[in-house]
Amino acid sequence: MEKFIQLSMSGVSNGAILALVALGFVLIFKSSDVINFAQGELLMIGSYLTYTAIEQFGLFWPLGVVVAVALSAVAGVLIEQLVLRPLIGEPVISVIMITIGLSSLLRAIIGAIWGVSPLPSPKFIPTDTINILGASVGANRLWAIGLSIVLLTALTIFFRRSNDGIAMRAVADDQQAALSMGISIKHVWAVSWAIAAVTAAIGGILLASIFGGVGASIGRVGLLVFPVVILGGLDSIPGAIVGGLIIGLLQSYAGGYLPPELGMGEVAPFIILIFILLVRPYGLFGQKIIERV
Amino acid sequence: MLTLNNIEVMYNDVVLVLKGLSLQVDEGKIVALLGSNGAGKSTTLKAISGLLKPDNGEVTDGEVIFDGQSIAKRDAADIVRLGIFQVMEGRRVFEHLTVEENLRAGAYTRRGGNFASDLELAYTYFPRLKERRSQTAGFLSGGEQQMLAIGRAMMAHPRVIMLDEPSLGLAPLLVGEIFRIIKRINQEQGTTILVVEQNARLALDAADHVYIMENGRIVLDGSPAELKDNADVREFYLGLNEVGKRKSYREVKHYKRRKRWLS
Repeated sequence: MEKFIQLSMSGVSNGAILALVALGFVLIFKSSDVINFAQGELLMIGSYLTYTAIEQFGLFWPLGVVVAVALSAVAGVLIEQLVLRPLIGEPVISVIMITIGLSSLLRAIIGAIWGVSPLPSPKFIPTDTINILGASVGANRLWAIGLSIVLLTALTIFFRRSNDGIAMRAVADDQQAALSMGISIKHVWAVSWAIAAVTAAIGGILLASIFGGVGASIGRVGLLVFPVVILGGLDSIPGAIVGGLIIGLLQSYAGGYLPPELGMGEVAPFIILIFILLVRPYGLFGQKIIERV
Repeated sequence: MLTLNNIEVMYNDVVLVLKGLSLQVDEGKIVALLGSNGAGKSTTLKAISGLLKPDNGEVTDGEVIFDGQSIAKRDAADIVRLGIFQVMEGRRVFEHLTVEENLRAGAYTRRGGNFASDLELAYTYFPRLKERRSQTAGFLSGGEQQMLAIGRAMMAHPRVIMLDEPSLGLAPLLVGEIFRIIKRINQEQGTTILVVEQNARLALDAADHVYIMENGRIVLDGSPAELKDNADVREFYLGLNEVGKRKSYREVKHYKRRKRWLS
């Protein structure tokens, strides 16, 4: 039982982080049809910037996190403006190749600034363990769950209620029609990259605390975004959340209950990815085209 | 208030669709633009609203003047802010958004405006939308979607609404209703209307002034009364022969010959 609770808690916390990261990915895809292969690097940028803000500049940690997140948002907007905007109207495959190139480039830049060997995690979110029903769970995992819930709720309200949120969904639905009512598509793209960078940065920061270090392993989590969004549906925000939790839990259970030499914790999400693509390519909540009969 | 002077529009740098088109829309009037498929009616509207870019089109010559300023090079968002709103062909509602969210999207350029009262105003013209306010727009009927598209335009408080074939794909009864509402908006709100139609009878009944297009040019214009008396209009657009009877299908061949002469 303790093992189950322990695995569940770590699954939910990983899942919550995945949901955050996937949300940013879905947002970019919805508003601009760009499949962003550099999502993992956005995670790394967030965690490295936090490291610098807290450890090198000695900022009080909540302030350091806020600064790092703000800088990440700026980085996201810059990427959109410098790299993706010139590609408007180019074929999808070119854009995909560009984001793959971008991920290598960002990795190289990070390596040049911070070096390639992992750095210790900055001391910020408490990491002591808390006893829940006999299982010991890291406080940072509870932080991850709490923070993700707050952010996901805030973003959901943003999409439903705010003018910018509705404009973003309008652009996702019909770009030209959105243009015809004066919605600036460039503004929407900039906002979606900013949000994606912010959620990724926060995900990266939480992972840094959970992994106990800042390094390339955080970037590899970015790869897990693909099973999440394929499962949830590439263009669905609730799908990203549910998909994130399912993949997080699955990874945790598969790693905990199956023999470790199989390495199922790493593999299971991608088995799901292939399976979903075979039976339900638009995912659990992906938009099917509404057809009036 | 809105003047097009000899405009030329080219698509993909090769296809010349508008070949020196001029027209004028006076404030507070309903102006109709008639023409057959491919005459360039939609292109004319897009040239005004700045929506040619996504279609790879461009105004290559001539000028579009709104309230004394040239707007040919402005982008779509600026033009909406200046007060020209195009309701695109085929309704183009945001299918996955609710009715009310669609209306909010229409009010995007009116930050700081009173959204609630604007919404009530749109609902007084389209009470059906109020009943369906929280429904997903994609599941509305065609007529309701057209109402939503026009309501969405009203939310931006434009001075000119340009409607691209509002009758497209709708039952005749609904088309009548929609045109009545358009007339009401024109009279009560003082909104200038530029409407593109293929349905000549409708356009001649609703408009104050009518332009007829063929092949990227205006070939005829005048008040509806004048045009209803014009032999060519009667024959080609209303399907009546000189005596006023329905014409026989055999004479349709004549249409092409005369049309060539017209353009």
